[in-house]
Amino acid sequence: MQTLEDTTKSEVEFVTFSAGEQSFSIEITQVREIRRWSPVTALPHAPHEVLGVMNLRGSVIPIYDLAARFGLGQTPENPRNVIVVAMHGGQTVGLLVEAVSEILSVSREKIQETPDIRSEVARQSITGVIPIETGMTRVIDLGAVLHPSNWSVA
Amino acid sequence: MSNPILDTFFEETEELLESLAEGLESMQGAEFDKETVNSVFRAVHSIKGGAGAFKMTELVNFAHSFETVMDAVRSETLALTPQIMHTLMRSADCLADLVDAARSGRTISEEVTSGFLTALQACMGEGEIEAVDAWDNFEFNAVTLDIEPINVDAPAVATMETTAASDTAQVQIGFQIDFRPHAALFTNGHEPALLFAALGDLGQMTSRIDMTKLADWSDFDPTEPRLSWTVDLRTDESEISVQEVFEFVHGLCDLRIKPLMGPPPSPNPELSAEGKSATNKSDAGPAPTVVADISSPAAIAMAAAPSTAATPAVVVAAKAKAERNDDGSDAKAPKATLRVDLDRVDRLINAVGELIINQAMIAQRLQDMTSTRDDDLVMHIEDYRLLARDIQEGVMAIRAQPVKSLFQRMSRIVREAADATGKLAELVTSGEGTEVDKTVVERLADPLTHMIRNAVDHGLESRGARGAAGKPPMGTIRLSASHRSGSVIITVKDDGAGLNRPKILEIAKRKGLIAPEAELNDAEIDQLLFMAGFSTATTISNLSGRGVGLDVVRNAVQALGGRISIATTPGHGTEFTIMLPLTLAVMDGMVVTVGGQTLVVPITSIIETIRPLPTDLHRIGTDETLLSIRGRMIPVVDVARSLGFPSPGTHSAPLLLLVESEKLGECALVVDSVQDQRQVVIKSLESNFGSVPGVSAATVLGDGRIALILDPDAIAGGRATSNYPMPNILSNAGRTAYANA
Repeated sequence: MQTLEDTTKSEVEFVTFSAGEQSFSIEITQVREIRRWSPVTALPHAPHEVLGVMNLRGSVIPIYDLAARFGLGQTPENPRNVIVVAMHGGQTVGLLVEAVSEILSVSREKIQETPDIRSEVARQSITGVIPIETGMTRVIDLGAVLHPSNWSVA
Repeated sequence: MSNPILDTFFEETEELLESLAEGLESMQGAEFDKETVNSVFRAVHSIKGGAGAFKMTELVNFAHSFETVMDAVRSETLALTPQIMHTLMRSADCLADLVDAARSGRTISEEVTSGFLTALQACMGEGEIEAVDAWDNFEFNAVTLDIEPINVDAPAVATMETTAASDTAQVQIGFQIDFRPHAALFTNGHEPALLFAALGDLGQMTSRIDMTKLADWSDFDPTEPRLSWTVDLRTDESEISVQEVFEFVHGLCDLRIKPLMGPPPSPNPELSAEGKSATNKSDAGPAPTVVADISSPAAIAMAAAPSTAATPAVVVAAKAKAERNDDGSDAKAPKATLRVDLDRVDRLINAVGELIINQAMIAQRLQDMTSTRDDDLVMHIEDYRLLARDIQEGVMAIRAQPVKSLFQRMSRIVREAADATGKLAELVTSGEGTEVDKTVVERLADPLTHMIRNAVDHGLESRGARGAAGKPPMGTIRLSASHRSGSVIITVKDDGAGLNRPKILEIAKRKGLIAPEAELNDAEIDQLLFMAGFSTATTISNLSGRGVGLDVVRNAVQALGGRISIATTPGHGTEFTIMLPLTLAVMDGMVVTVGGQTLVVPITSIIETIRPLPTDLHRIGTDETLLSIRGRMIPVVDVARSLGFPSPGTHSAPLLLLVESEKLGECALVVDSVQDQRQVVIKSLESNFGSVPGVSAATVLGDGRIALILDPDAIAGGRATSNYPMPNILSNAGRTAYANA
């Protein structure tokens, strides 16, 4: 019993995916579902990383281009692109990514703090990095991705 | 704070207050029946009962005094004079305040409530007060009878009959109570001994135990109660008080309460078998007089752990209730209603919205398949469409509420405002049955309160001025609601002096709201009232006049997707009209294409669609265009450009939607084409994204894709020009700033 509790406490699961040819991940508890790409409706006056809104069973959800958000250029159109539907503080959003890679189960100690990097976007929206076989994956702070005003003001 | 039982209590109290207000309202009229008085009495009584359960002492005390007066009215010992009626109405207001205070955990200053308490007690009149005194004396003498002294801070309902009782031979001296507990009573943790103790508080009681149902020890079922009691209670309390004792075991026992007839109370050794306080909880009030052996733990144990043989008592609980209803105090079956969590309803509404969209998708698909035309299928799809509409209407109706409760609150506002300004005013309402979406009803309360106060404070003239104008001293505020072509119209009309336009203009100029040399027509002057910071009252009264009134009202109405307009006749009054959509979830829209995107424009704001002649379009400045229509020039707005979509460039003869904007008057929107006109389900953009300038919401089209719903006001307001005389209400600074960010 004791050991089980310890495991559940220290082990965290992440969904990893690639965007702009880099590996990113978010905690699995924030992911609602993964969907095929479908056309979106553009929003006027929206920031460049917001592609538009999509119909998710009656809810209107905004779609963010994750690569564009991190300054890696717009994700090129590709039928293989997928949308990771995630929840953050009652807000449901979709993240456009190139492909979903795997579900990663790591212990908390394995997550390293983001080193002091110069890119403000990256420093504010990436909470940590996890070393993986093919290199490393970046853990996204969804809140910072969705509400850029929080860091642009700071 | 989230105690579900407490929440239920407040919910119920809300309804009770409503029926209280309603009852009092009809008692004010000339005709009312006893049932109305009863319903008012019941409402107050139930509030008292519930509040007692939660130890809301203030509320209980107040409700009790109120109840006392109502009881006197009910038993026709108190005549309903206009003065008393007024006191009752104001006391109902105070009761509502107390409930409100209890809900939010505030306290109301003692002075306020004690003022009302004194007024209530004064209602009981001289004679009545004497009667109470006499009764007190009587009781003092009868101490040997072991009647408990009455609780001082909760004066009991005393009537003349009490003292008169001693003169007659056979009078009602109390109640005979047949009580047979069910097994559920014990499993729910109730205790007959405590009930008897509570009865003992009411007066002197004798009880007989019925042990005939006791069976042999051989078939012993310890969970089946076998005992029942017949209690003779000698009391001056009303039957209500007796029923109150059994309030929490209602349905868990067979209960009959009959009047007990007999000679007037006299010392009777057999009856007054000196009650040793039988309860263990002697701290719970004065020691009850109970015949000891009944409530002794042994007897109770027998009740709970009895024998078998006889069949359990099967007097249906409902029957007991029916008998309790005999005096009409519980009659009039309430309309069956169901309390449902609003979230569930909204989920259902959402699902039905999806159903409608799904239906539209299937229908569209079918239409595309012209090659395989199947008439049967077309017919079924049409049935499906109608059914889906039916379901949608039904579900929407769940959220619909009559505006009655809202209107009732307004009569209180009129009373208060009239008292505070020393004017005489009455509220005449009509169309209370008009149903509107629940959210609309809730969010209309504040703006309507403002408007009603304004009508009394500013609309009506002082009594002297009314006299001089040959009007009756009593001013009338008319509040009405009606349905008109998919909208709800609410009007507030006073019979006062009407708007003083020269004064309004002068004030606006003095406050710098408009340029000093501005020439405004009458309609424009009326619109000044809705500007922020405008107030015509020369002295700031405590009701209105802080200049926050009408612009707040207008904003609130617009937030609900409605409009407000004003009409005035000098000398005869002012009328405000609020036009609101029936529901917030669905609206009629025109589906258009702009810059390759599909957009929906609310039908309510569209006046007409036109394709003007090139000669009707006039360029002004570098890239502005005016349209001349029926001799007027109105601005043309390129929707694609103002939304930042790629604009196809200037047409020589574009398709224009003539819309009416609250801020700009008329304005023409350039669109590429009109696709369709249909009902759309409104989806919020804000919950998952945020507000988007120029867009009020989104909807899902038949093909499952999202279309944005245009906010014509914002689009039109985005092109404010600096030389317009009313910059404050025109510039859409907030939105523009957002757009540039």
